[in-house]
Amino acid sequence: MNMMSEAAVEKALDQKMNTVPFKMIGKDVSVYYGEKRALFDVNLNVRENTVTALIGPSGCGKSTFLRTLNRMNDTIDSCRVTGKITLDDGDIYDPSIDVVELRARVGMVFQKPNPFPKSIYENVTYGPKIHGLARTKADLDQIVETSLQKAGLWNEVKDRLHESGTGLSGGQQQRLCIARAVAVSPEVILMDEPCSALDPIATAKVEELIHELRTNYTIVIVTHSMQQAARVSQRTAMFHLGNLVEENDTDKMFTNPDDQRTQDYIMGRFG
Amino acid sequence: MTDMTSSVQSTFVRPAQARRDIGIKRRYAAERRFKAYGLTAILIGLFFLFVLLWTVVSKGYTAFQQTAITLPIEFSEKIIDPKNERGANPAKLMTANYPLLVRDALVKALGIDPANKPLVKQATDMVSASARTQLRDLVVANPAIIGTTATVSLLAEGNIDSANKGQIDLTVAEANRKVKDQQIEWMKKLSETGAMAKQFNTGLFTYGASSRPEASGIGVAALGSLYMMLIVLVLALPIGVAASIYLEEFAPKNRLTDLIEVNINNLAAVPSIVYGLLGLSIFINFAGMPRSAAVVGGLVLTLMTLPTIIIATRAALKAVPPSIRSAALGLGASKMQTIFHHVLPLAMPGVLTGTIIGLAHALGETAPLLLIGMVAFVVDYPGSPMDPSTALPVQIYMWANEAERAFVERTSGAIMILLIFLVVMNLGAILLRRRFERRW
Repeated sequence: MNMMSEAAVEKALDQKMNTVPFKMIGKDVSVYYGEKRALFDVNLNVRENTVTALIGPSGCGKSTFLRTLNRMNDTIDSCRVTGKITLDDGDIYDPSIDVVELRARVGMVFQKPNPFPKSIYENVTYGPKIHGLARTKADLDQIVETSLQKAGLWNEVKDRLHESGTGLSGGQQQRLCIARAVAVSPEVILMDEPCSALDPIATAKVEELIHELRTNYTIVIVTHSMQQAARVSQRTAMFHLGNLVEENDTDKMFTNPDDQRTQDYIMGRFG
Repeated sequence: MTDMTSSVQSTFVRPAQARRDIGIKRRYAAERRFKAYGLTAILIGLFFLFVLLWTVVSKGYTAFQQTAITLPIEFSEKIIDPKNERGANPAKLMTANYPLLVRDALVKALGIDPANKPLVKQATDMVSASARTQLRDLVVANPAIIGTTATVSLLAEGNIDSANKGQIDLTVAEANRKVKDQQIEWMKKLSETGAMAKQFNTGLFTYGASSRPEASGIGVAALGSLYMMLIVLVLALPIGVAASIYLEEFAPKNRLTDLIEVNINNLAAVPSIVYGLLGLSIFINFAGMPRSAAVVGGLVLTLMTLPTIIIATRAALKAVPPSIRSAALGLGASKMQTIFHHVLPLAMPGVLTGTIIGLAHALGETAPLLLIGMVAFVVDYPGSPMDPSTALPVQIYMWANEAERAFVERTSGAIMILLIFLVVMNLGAILLRRRFERRW
């Protein structure tokens, strides 16, 4: 709490979740792709063990902001990030921070299920192996089991762990990707429209899973679906044209938003 | 833009039957015409392929048979070692008069008067001059054979071989052909007794260069080619893959890398003879490496193959879905781990295909080898890549310049062998592709 600026403290006092500490703090975050500016001084904090939903029309910068949180934007040559983002008080853009270390703490699940074309077992163990989290085969087996259980996939795949991960259905693949992210024991999980390629039943399962994961992890989710944001998140942030329009408790956001643009977007008047 | 909006509006308003003529019939006619062009092109291609294969096979299949004359040879001590010096000086066996053994055997088999020199000469001309080395090798390997009589299968001389295969027109005047009437008579006689017969031509695969067609083969050239292919594989694959990975994954995208990329693409199209000149000036004249050596040939072919491998590998790396990279990076894999654990294995089929196609290309390359002195008359197997050697396509080139009928069939026969090698390599590429291909 002592990291918070005075303004943020004041704002937080008004809010229902004001007692929950911040896990990640973004301060004046701007992102440029070459000459083009994609984010304008975004100040957005992510609370611990909370699901924060980022909503907004296409191209509003919500995915860009999400990707700054584990520095996935680094992989784009022309991309430049200014401002400050901290994870538990540590600046993640500090030169002394190892991006590999950061991504082990801040995991990511992508829009399209992207399991490695390897076995289910290898998919889950890849992360623990490269981070040296397991010494023995038994450790790895344990990680695979707990990760798949956390992702709600264990019962469906326990008899075919050594079959290809790409042979699973779309929803199962996405849960496998979640299990893979969970296997490295991250503190924060970023999800970039994790359900956009899934059917409603698979979506329901993933949403349920997000709800359960919240007890152990801090989750930031980008979504195009208002209903999904309302269902899974406790906090919602609305982006528009690269600006953070409003950040509020989800309940308040969907019933009585502070900003006119949020109301218009939620009512479906633009976007 | 205005056209589009207006047509959208008008089709909305107008009834369906009043739609403007968009030439449905013409469209289908154009499609049918295009299909016909394509089919014609394929048929023409197939026709020429058939003509090529037919020419090569019809000329070359006889090269895989060779006429041999099997005679009981008396390894007379009087002729081989008249003064009985072989105990003290084994080198004597190397210089003994072996053709005399063949002459005696022929005289006996054909019932010729030994005093009739021209007739005896005609008879001995029917057996390849390589009989000397063949008998010498037999005796040197087993001196105990001296004093006994053994049945030995000797190679028939090239023209006799051609006549026996029916490739020489025997109806023309005797003075205008290489095979004389008397020899034809003897051939009939020998064939009837079974002494002269066609057998599988193993020599084609084991012998080296020779001025006598019956004693020449592609064995030495094939070994030279093998050395070069190994050198190309060992050098071009790692260099090519490393260069591609760097350019594709690590190098910044700027003017310099663009320039390098354009140059690599251009290098793939540089005439191969230019690589030969480069090899001549750098490897032989500047670096002082040996002439006609497989090592230089291998280096030149490596330079020539590199662009092919780099282009194929980069294409294969590009084709790996970015989602796999994101997945690995998102899990905290370093760039290097991402590439070597995920991207490269997925690109492997493409890399291997490119490499094998490049190798096949290099295997068939002749022009650069001419310039670095690999058009050499090499009789002995090269013991190492540093020894003088030649290559399969160069051997074909040299045989194609020879006049004898027996060399014509050998040229085509060697082309067939080279084509079989290439087909096998391409099949290998397809199989590897299937084996490593993974779907996602």
